[in-house]
Amino acid sequence: MSRTVTRVAWHVGVLALLAIVLYPIVWVAAATFKPSEAILGSLQLVPTEPTLANYERVFEGVVGIGVGRFFWNSAVLAVLSVVGTVASSALAGYAFARLRFRGRTTLFAIMIATLLLPFHVLIIPQYVVFQNLDLVDTYVPLLAGKFLASEAFFVFLIVQFIRQLPRELDESAKIDGAGHWTVFWHIILPLCRPALITTAIFTFIWSWNDFFGPLIYLSTPDKYPLPLALQLYIDETSGSDFGALMAMSMLALVPVILFFLFFQRFLVEGVSTSGLKG
Amino acid sequence: MAPRTEVAVARGAGPRKRSRLPGDGVAGYLFLSPWIIGIVVLTLGPMVTSLYLSFTDYDLFNTPNWIGLENYERMFTDARWLRSVEVTAIYVALAVPVKLAAALAVAMLLNSKRAGQGFYRAAFYGPSLIGGSVGVAIVWKMMFSDDSVVDRLLLKVGIDTGGWAGNPDFSLMMLVLLATWQLGAPMVIFLAGLKQVPPELYEAAEVDGASRARRFWSITLPMISPVLFFNLLLETINAFQVFTSAYVVGGPNGQPAGSTLFYTIYLFDRGFGDYRMGYASAMAWMLLLGVGLVTVFLFRTARGWVFYSGDSGDKR
Repeated sequence: MSRTVTRVAWHVGVLALLAIVLYPIVWVAAATFKPSEAILGSLQLVPTEPTLANYERVFEGVVGIGVGRFFWNSAVLAVLSVVGTVASSALAGYAFARLRFRGRTTLFAIMIATLLLPFHVLIIPQYVVFQNLDLVDTYVPLLAGKFLASEAFFVFLIVQFIRQLPRELDESAKIDGAGHWTVFWHIILPLCRPALITTAIFTFIWSWNDFFGPLIYLSTPDKYPLPLALQLYIDETSGSDFGALMAMSMLALVPVILFFLFFQRFLVEGVSTSGLKG
Repeated sequence: MAPRTEVAVARGAGPRKRSRLPGDGVAGYLFLSPWIIGIVVLTLGPMVTSLYLSFTDYDLFNTPNWIGLENYERMFTDARWLRSVEVTAIYVALAVPVKLAAALAVAMLLNSKRAGQGFYRAAFYGPSLIGGSVGVAIVWKMMFSDDSVVDRLLLKVGIDTGGWAGNPDFSLMMLVLLATWQLGAPMVIFLAGLKQVPPELYEAAEVDGASRARRFWSITLPMISPVLFFNLLLETINAFQVFTSAYVVGGPNGQPAGSTLFYTIYLFDRGFGDYRMGYASAMAWMLLLGVGLVTVFLFRTARGWVFYSGDSGDKR
């Protein structure tokens, strides 16, 4: 009997805590259906007169550019980031985990060191390089690093994963005459799927949320991804249209929330095994 | 920590077998070529360049002139730079312990064999994924503005703080709370650590009549100290680099009244606002130095309080 009581008390306690943590999301979701002037000044969560006016104003666009354009830009950046990061990190991960070559230990140490390197040390010279190549205000600076395995977290994640796979698999394939590419493509990659999926999901979300890169490199609103469009919207309206601002924030958050709901298992496992910052 | 031991075992198991195979020299470099290009072009090259630029007056348009240590010296008389160091230091000192304490508390609460644990773990983790985004920063600012939900709630209990977003005394606290809201990532890591603590330890302590608090200080904390150290290191390094939420809340000048002038914000403003790229490079190296010193300091103190259960001859 008292066991049941503790169990119920535990659930009630955890749920109460969870309600506090998730409240901001519920609050903004509700706010998007309230008239702008009703968002502040009241504790009432459920809108008295639900309205779609906020979303309608968002779909009128920002500085004459439709919100669909910003979604598309964000999606292009995110998808290309995923392709580049997964491919380049898997190649590097295989090399570090399985191949023997001179300098491997040193290179691996450099890779680990970059995990702790504040990227601010790199942004100014990187900007200068891309500026000299006339690539500022294109997506190249935002994507180059993705295709060059610059996110050491993912290389490390994949290395750790491959190291746990039994070596007998690739060695027996090699004895049967398989080359490195065959071993990589037909044996290691399929077995690495969980690590690759974790990499893909995190890359998508980080790219979707990225603000700093686009802020530095992009100057034509037509090319803006959502986070930058949101900031532009604040600057254009001085943040006065609360309702539309909440609706646009919500729209920017929804894809990540959906991703999370579908893939939360991979995300949570990925964090607990590799300590990704999330 | 488990993968590492498995790696060690795998390595120990087959050295003889492997040494018969030929080296993979060329293939190794081929597979690694994207990464090698990246590390040279996007990391090592820029590091050297940035170090050089930090000793010049480079402004993006004119050729850089060597000015020696002038940039570094100027920082210490630059009121805004000093302010940004102060803001960042306060933020790191508050956000990291508060977030970690909250993460550990929730992890300990969730660490039981009851149904629904997986669901709760995922639900608490969720905010970590969106917490750093522009959207959430906007929502946060909105919730903490005058007459909004936080203000109203506090008024109910008789506290009138007005809007936190526009008040220099509260704006930084608002960002500390935003960091704490993202407790999910360290929580998941704490949970993994807590699961490794052998239940026999608690049972034995309970038989000996140890109180809850005693069990926490003498069993839980030492047993999870490696995980705690890992989280502390990661969160500290991340906290130094906060940018997006601070920019959305305070803009490039750290509004209100410079209270959110984070180091990264000021660096951005110097580098890309008025193109003082030499100065900004010097600032970036000071940041690297600062983060490096804190990291070394953490590793030093870790010897005193981080215990690996495999250690023989415990230092206690």
